[in-house]
Amino acid sequence: MSNTVAAASRPEPDNNYLTAGYGLKSWLLTTDHKRIAILYLIMISVFFVIGGLFAVLIRLELLTPAGDLVSSDTYNKLFTLHGLVMIFFFLIPSIPAVMGNFLIPLMIGARDLAFPRINLLSWYVFAIGGMTTFAVVLFGGVDTGWTFYTPYSSTYSKTAVGLTAIGVFITGFSSILTGLNFVVTIHKMRAPGLTWFRLPLFVWAHYATSLIMLIGTPVVAITILLVFLERVFGVGIFDPALGGDPVLFQHLFWFYSHPAVYIMILPSMGVISEVVACFSRKRIFGYGFVAFSSLAIAVLGFLIWGHHMFTSGQSIFAGMVFSILTMLVAIPSAVKVFNWTATMYKGSISYETPMIYVFGFLGLFTVGGLTGLFLGALGLDVHVHDTYFVVAHFHYIMVGGAIMGYLAALHFWWPKITGKLYSEAWAKLSAIIIFIGFNLTFFPQFLVGYLGMPRRYHVYPDEFQIFQVLSTAGASILAIGYAFPAFYLTWSLFRGKAAPANPWNAKGLEWTVPSPPPKHNFDTIPVVEEEAYDYSRLEEEVV
Amino acid sequence: MSEAHSGLVAHQFETAEQQRETANLGMWSFLITEVMMFGALFTAYGFYRTKYPAAFAAGSDHLDYLMGAFNTAVLICSSLTMALAVQAAQHGKRKGIILFLLLTILLGGVFLGVKVLEYADKYEHHLIPGIHFSVDSSYAAQIELFYCFYFAMTGLHALHMIVGITILGILVALSHRRRFSTDYYNPVEMAGLYWHFVDIVWIFLFPLLYLIGRS
Repeated sequence: MSNTVAAASRPEPDNNYLTAGYGLKSWLLTTDHKRIAILYLIMISVFFVIGGLFAVLIRLELLTPAGDLVSSDTYNKLFTLHGLVMIFFFLIPSIPAVMGNFLIPLMIGARDLAFPRINLLSWYVFAIGGMTTFAVVLFGGVDTGWTFYTPYSSTYSKTAVGLTAIGVFITGFSSILTGLNFVVTIHKMRAPGLTWFRLPLFVWAHYATSLIMLIGTPVVAITILLVFLERVFGVGIFDPALGGDPVLFQHLFWFYSHPAVYIMILPSMGVISEVVACFSRKRIFGYGFVAFSSLAIAVLGFLIWGHHMFTSGQSIFAGMVFSILTMLVAIPSAVKVFNWTATMYKGSISYETPMIYVFGFLGLFTVGGLTGLFLGALGLDVHVHDTYFVVAHFHYIMVGGAIMGYLAALHFWWPKITGKLYSEAWAKLSAIIIFIGFNLTFFPQFLVGYLGMPRRYHVYPDEFQIFQVLSTAGASILAIGYAFPAFYLTWSLFRGKAAPANPWNAKGLEWTVPSPPPKHNFDTIPVVEEEAYDYSRLEEEVV
Repeated sequence: MSEAHSGLVAHQFETAEQQRETANLGMWSFLITEVMMFGALFTAYGFYRTKYPAAFAAGSDHLDYLMGAFNTAVLICSSLTMALAVQAAQHGKRKGIILFLLLTILLGGVFLGVKVLEYADKYEHHLIPGIHFSVDSSYAAQIELFYCFYFAMTGLHALHMIVGITILGILVALSHRRRFSTDYYNPVEMAGLYWHFVDIVWIFLFPLLYLIGRS
C-alpha cells in the first residue's frame, strides 16, 4: 500500500506523462518514450485494421470454390497487401515499438531511452513508410506476395512494386533505429545494481530482438533497393535472362526475413515470461536458460534461412545442412516452453486476462513450433511446400504466438500505460473468443494443406470447400474477438476505474512508479538490490 | 546532476561519462548496420564475380585504376585530417578543429570530383547499365552486371561521402559558435568514426572493383 501513499503525497496529483502537455504539437514533437509508444500504438492499430480488412476479403472469396467475389489479379493483390501490412507495419513494430518503447526505460530504471530524438525519428520514418504503402493501395496495389520474389517482381509484375519497395525500404530504417536505441539503452542506461542477470526477461528478449533488427534489416533494405533499381533501370541483377540469379535474391531476402520471424515472436516470449511469473506468484524457472535461449534463437535464426528454399534449386547438400540447423532452433524454443510450464508447477496460479492469453500462447505456439519442424524436415517439406499447411503453420506462430503475446502485454500493462482498469469479464470473454476463433480459422488449414491445396489461389476443387468454410467461420469469430478489446479498452479510458500503481501486485521497477508514470519516470533513480521475479519475498512482505 | 545545469548532459543521462559512452556504443552499433548493408552488396558482387570471372575481369579493365589509386590516397589523407580534427577537439583547440574539418571536407570534395570524372567517362564509353550501355563482347550482359554493381557500390559509397561532408559542414558551423570544449566534443568524435568507416569501405571497394583480375 506504500505505492498509493507515495502517489497521494506527490505535489501535483495529475503530473504524469499524459498530462505533462496538451495539444497536437506536444505529442508530435515529443521525445518522451512513453508518448512515442502511444503514437506507435495508434498507428499500428490502424494498420492492424487495414491488414485485417484484406484478410476479411480473402476469407470471403475462399468461401466458395469458384472465384466469384474478386478476380485472380485482385486476389493476388489482397494476399500481398495483407502480408505486407501485417508483417512490416503491425507484427514487426507491435511489441517492440509499443511495449518495448514504453517499458524498457521503466524496467531498467532509466529516465528515457538512450536517444530520445532518434526514437521520435524512427516513428516518423515508420509513418512515411506507412504512407508510401497507403499510396501503393491507391495506385492499384501490388501483387508479388510479400516476398517480392524475382524475376516476377523485378521484370514481369505490372503493379506498383517500385513504390512498395521504397515503402518497405524506408520502414526498415525505423526498425533499425528502434533496435539500435534498445541495444544501447540496455547496455548503458541500467539503474545502479541492475546487473544483466537481474534484468526482467522482457528486456533480454528485446535485446535479442534488437540484435536481429540491427544485423538483418540492412540486408533486406539493400536487397529491396536492388529490386527497385532493377525495375527502374531495366538491368538484370536478379534476371536470369540477363545473367542474374533469382535464387541469390531469395538468399538475401530470407537472410533477413527468416530472422524477422524471431523479431515477431521473441518480444512475445519476453511478455510471457513476465506474465507467467506474476500470475504464478513464483520466480521464473531457470532464469539463465530463458535469458540465453533468447540469444540462442537470435543467433541460430541467422543460420537457417535456406529452409525456405528447399524447392528453389539450392543444392541437396545445402538443403540438408539448413534442415539440420532448423531442428536446432527448436531447442531454445522448447527450453522456454518447458521453463514457463515449470514456473507454473506448484505456483499459485490465478486466471486474470493476461494469463488467459499466456495459456493461449503456450498451446498455439507449441502447435506452430512443432509444425515448423515438419516444414524444416527436408523430405516432408517437398510434400507440403507452398500449401495451406505452411499458411497454417506461420499463422499459429505469428497470430497464435505473436499476437497472443501482444494482447497479453496490452492487458497486463494497460493499467500502467493509461492509469485505468478495464473490465475483466469482457476481457476474459474476448480472450476465449479469440482462442476459439483462431483455432477454427487455422486448424482446418493444416488439414487442407496436407491434402494438397496450394496457397495463393482463389479457385480450388470442390472437395476442399468444407475446410475453407470452417476457416471463414472461424475468421468471423476471430474478428469479433479482436473487435471487443477496441471497445472495452476505449471505454476504460473514459469510464474505467483509476488503476493503482501495482494492480497485479507484480514485481518489476515499472510497477513502483504511479500509473500512469510521471514524465521523467523516476524522481530518484532506483537502486536494485534483488533478482527479477522475487515473488517469494513479495509474499513474505504481504504476510 | 550538477553537470546537467551546464546543458551539456541530456536529461536521460546521469553523467557526461555515461553520455559519452552511450554515444560511442550507438555509433558503433550504427556502423554494424552499415557493415551489413555494404556486406550484402559485397556478397552479391562476390557471388557474381565467382560465377562470371572473365566478364568481371573485362569489366575491371574498363576502370581507370590510376584515378582509383589517386582517390584511395586522397581518402587516406582525409582520414588523417579527420583524426587530427578529433585530436584538436580533445585538446579544445577550436581553430584546429575548424581547420582540419575544412581540410577533410576539401579532400572529400576532391574524391567526389574525381568520381564525377570517372562516371562521365563511363557515360562516354557507353558503360551506364540499363540507360546507356553497349560493349562489343560475347558476354556483354555479364559485363553490364559488373557495372550494375560498380555503380551501386560506388554510388552508395559516394552517398555516404555526401552525408559525411554535410555532417562535417554542420560541425564546422557549431565549432565556429564555440559549441565544443574539452568536456564536450562527442559529435566531432562520432563524425570521425563515421568518416573512417566510409574510408575503410573504399579501401575494400578499390581492389575489388579496380584491381582483381585485370590484365
